[in-house]
Amino acid sequence: MTTAPGAAEATAEQAERWEPVIGLEVHVELSTRTKMFCGCATDFGGAPNTRTCPVCLGQPGSLPVANAGAVEYGIRLGLALGCRIAPDSRFHRKNYFYPDMPKNYQISQYDVPLCVGGGLEVVTGAGRRHVGITRVHMEEDTGKSSHVGSGGRIHGADHSLVDYNRAGIPLLEVVSEPDLRSAEEARAYLTELRAIVRTLGISDAKLEEGSMRCDANVSLRPVGHTVFGTRVEIKNMNSLRSLGRAILYEVVRQRGLLDAGEPVVQETRHWDEDAGRTSPLRRKEEITDYRYFPDPDLVPVMPAPEWVERLRADLPEMPGVTRSRLTEGLGLPAEQAHTLVHAGLAGLLQDAAAAGSGPAEAANWLTNEVLTWCAEHGVDPADAPLTGAALAELVGLVADGTLSARLGRSVLVDALDGRGTPGRIVAARGLRQISDSDRLAAAVDEAIAANPEAAARVREGNPKAVGPLVGAVMRATGGQANPRVVNELLRSRLAAPG
Amino acid sequence: MTAALTRATAVELLAAMGAGEVAAVEVVRAHLERIAATEERLHAFLRVLDEPALAHAADVDRRRAAGEPLGALAGVPLALKDILCTAGVPTTCGSRILEGYRPPYDATVVARLRAADAVVVGKTNLDEFAMGSSTENSAFGPTRNPWDTSRVPGGSSGGSAAAVAAFDAPLGIGTDTGGSIRQPAALCGVVGLKPTYGLVSRYGLVAFASSLDQVGPMARTVTDAALLLGAVAGPDPMDSTSLQEPAPDLLGDLDRGVDGLRVGLVAEEIEDGMAPGVRAGLARAVEALERLGAKVADVRLPHAGYGIAAYYLIAPSEASSNLSRYDGVRYGLRVDGATTEEMTARTRDAGFGDEVKRRVMIGTHALSAGYYDAYYAQAQRVRTLIMRDFAAAYESCDVLLGPTSPGTAFPLGAKIDDPLAMYLNDVYTVPSNLAGAPALSLPAGLDDGGLPVGVQLMAPALGEPTLLRVARALEAELAFDPTPRGARSSEEVRA
Ligand SMILES: [Zn+2]
Repeated sequence: MTTAPGAAEATAEQAERWEPVIGLEVHVELSTRTKMFCGCATDFGGAPNTRTCPVCLGQPGSLPVANAGAVEYGIRLGLALGCRIAPDSRFHRKNYFYPDMPKNYQISQYDVPLCVGGGLEVVTGAGRRHVGITRVHMEEDTGKSSHVGSGGRIHGADHSLVDYNRAGIPLLEVVSEPDLRSAEEARAYLTELRAIVRTLGISDAKLEEGSMRCDANVSLRPVGHTVFGTRVEIKNMNSLRSLGRAILYEVVRQRGLLDAGEPVVQETRHWDEDAGRTSPLRRKEEITDYRYFPDPDLVPVMPAPEWVERLRADLPEMPGVTRSRLTEGLGLPAEQAHTLVHAGLAGLLQDAAAAGSGPAEAANWLTNEVLTWCAEHGVDPADAPLTGAALAELVGLVADGTLSARLGRSVLVDALDGRGTPGRIVAARGLRQISDSDRLAAAVDEAIAANPEAAARVREGNPKAVGPLVGAVMRATGGQANPRVVNELLRSRLAAPG
Repeated sequence: MTAALTRATAVELLAAMGAGEVAAVEVVRAHLERIAATEERLHAFLRVLDEPALAHAADVDRRRAAGEPLGALAGVPLALKDILCTAGVPTTCGSRILEGYRPPYDATVVARLRAADAVVVGKTNLDEFAMGSSTENSAFGPTRNPWDTSRVPGGSSGGSAAAVAAFDAPLGIGTDTGGSIRQPAALCGVVGLKPTYGLVSRYGLVAFASSLDQVGPMARTVTDAALLLGAVAGPDPMDSTSLQEPAPDLLGDLDRGVDGLRVGLVAEEIEDGMAPGVRAGLARAVEALERLGAKVADVRLPHAGYGIAAYYLIAPSEASSNLSRYDGVRYGLRVDGATTEEMTARTRDAGFGDEVKRRVMIGTHALSAGYYDAYYAQAQRVRTLIMRDFAAAYESCDVLLGPTSPGTAFPLGAKIDDPLAMYLNDVYTVPSNLAGAPALSLPAGLDDGGLPVGVQLMAPALGEPTLLRVARALEAELAFDPTPRGARSSEEVRA
């Protein structure tokens, strides 16, 4: 009944007749200390409705006061994306009834957003593309409902509970132009935007946890045409993977309709990750008229031009610049630089290099061992519990022969597990590699005595037979013996008598 | 002794308490007794706070005896409109939908009154969510006018106006969105001031129309009103729209007189719709000002006539959004339903009265796609034109003078079924709300039926010191006796 997205992928991307036109709306939850319009803490956790006050509960008579820190974060993102910062932007009310929303309106921005007209570069296998940013605006988040007695669905629930701890958390909405042409580009765009947001330190930007959320507008048009087709909005994609799958699914679905001469209906569709398909939201869940009007409780946002210029001057290096510094400056391959920047590991790499590590060695440890450890432990690589100094120390211990590569991996895992710095771990575990022939001689002789058959075969000129002997020495030394030295000792002792 | 205490002004009570002639507890008890005697006929209060008021008064007395610092209104009884949040004390806004609601916090005005040691004796009746001009729209029954209990006290701050007029308290707090302090003040023969928008914090004032709402004082004398305004005015970090600068000095120039002051008489407003008694009251005020040395000249506000139309688009539009939070989910009334939508619809149907529903529907329509420009945006343009009219008038005048209300107190039920006639009560008061400028209503005698007539003084933004100075001079010259009298007055209660 539905086309499997995997099978669809090739045909969708190679479709000749129809060109996908994709725009993304991305919500970024800001990591300010307090909420958008009140002094409540933004920390996750806490018993339901404990991070609330009269303002974020919409108590009668309470009034919002805009969080200057959230405005600052918004301006910084706008500047990083090359937007113009509005000298006089407004808050509007978006009116609709929903129990998650304490006032039954959301304070948002409408015709005069904080930032307008920027863009960013995305690079995919198909090449480089400039994606326009229409606007970045501020708004507040809603609370969360849970429905009891119906398996979590509102329909048929015995009762519903609402937690307003998240109500009023500051959000930035970043709206792109419909400049994206493939699922791959959409993923690259979101990846790049996430890297920028993280570089600015304004959000932890985790798709899986909802601190970054993405809706996609997808339409098709005949190749070569400039007029847009009918657009479908897709919601509920909470990973890069599901963004890509949902867009591919939708492109194939719309192409099927158009090829069959049927119209695409303008609607909002819900992505079901498990079923691998989109389906229309109930009509009732779609609101056509939000009755926007300027919020009379708030004054215009008028950032002083000097302040904006100071924020511009203080912007950190953007990921694109970082990537070229890693490639051109430190000599890393482009793909590895890309991986490090998007994983949020560029800072760690540069710290390690600054602490004396060779960039290539540090980069290899990061892209191999650290990423693997993070994936196994479900830790965002940007939060990897490792300092540049520790990484440099590890690189040094391997380079000077104190640790074998294998021991190095073990020490790094211990360091990531929080057992201390590599130096301390080596000391605590007594892990120093033994390269001193005198200290290894006894173990080598014991190995030869215990494995006469293998020793005989080596003497007979079969070098491969040395393996079990080396293994025995390594076991006897707890893995600390320098394999090169052990090999040399064995060879000299088992050399054919001359 | 008790009668003398309730007749005294706040200034007189402060002097007597300060001199040790009377204790705050005695003052408060006298007023509580007066409330008990008048309340059955007036219904000015939705809740009388006997015990907390006496406890607060006792605390004032104790601190005075101990030589501890006291607030500027220490021990003075005050009637508080039941649209300002009081922590732990029911706040109904005159609506069933908030029946039983106890706010978890104090409005900034309430906190400042407490800091000033004013003693809140009760929370007063009002038109539901301050929507109305007669206090008949209260879900808990109407308030009656102390001058004639068959008539309305005006609205929406009718409870506070009636309480002050009936000597239940020397001070009252009202709110004014389109005339809700000034019109009931006029109809009850008391002084009422709508401050400059932003002079008094709106934090904790349950919103009707956020861009127009202001909290203000009601009293039987201009000086008392100035004293009360001074206690609650000033910047508030909890209200983004509150003015940044400190409140102006309201008392310093109060008795400086009006010699040489330029008064603009709002001419075209006199033309039609005004009752003869109101016209006569206005004439008395003009004569008095001229006797005092002021220069009175006609001025025109060409767009003021569009004020009422603009107001009845802007206020309902904002109200439709402000009142959407009453959905049965978090507080107040809940009428259950099979779905969330049904629960919300049933709750709002049962909880809101007709006038509130009417305005929510008007406002929802005015904001809807395709109508916004024709209604809400157009009304905002009228607002700009009215502001320009005022600015032009103040090039040649220091203050403006006109009527407060087209007529005097009307009988209960006379206009309740005719919303348009009721809305026209606000024709002279709404321009100041639209302009965000201060305006004050002052009694200017009685009409032929023995009912109070109010005149309105208007000034540019932050012109409160001038406004109060003119009102003070006029008050002394007109020598209005605020005692309700006549066969159906509240004074009859005590006979
Ligand atoms: Zn809060």
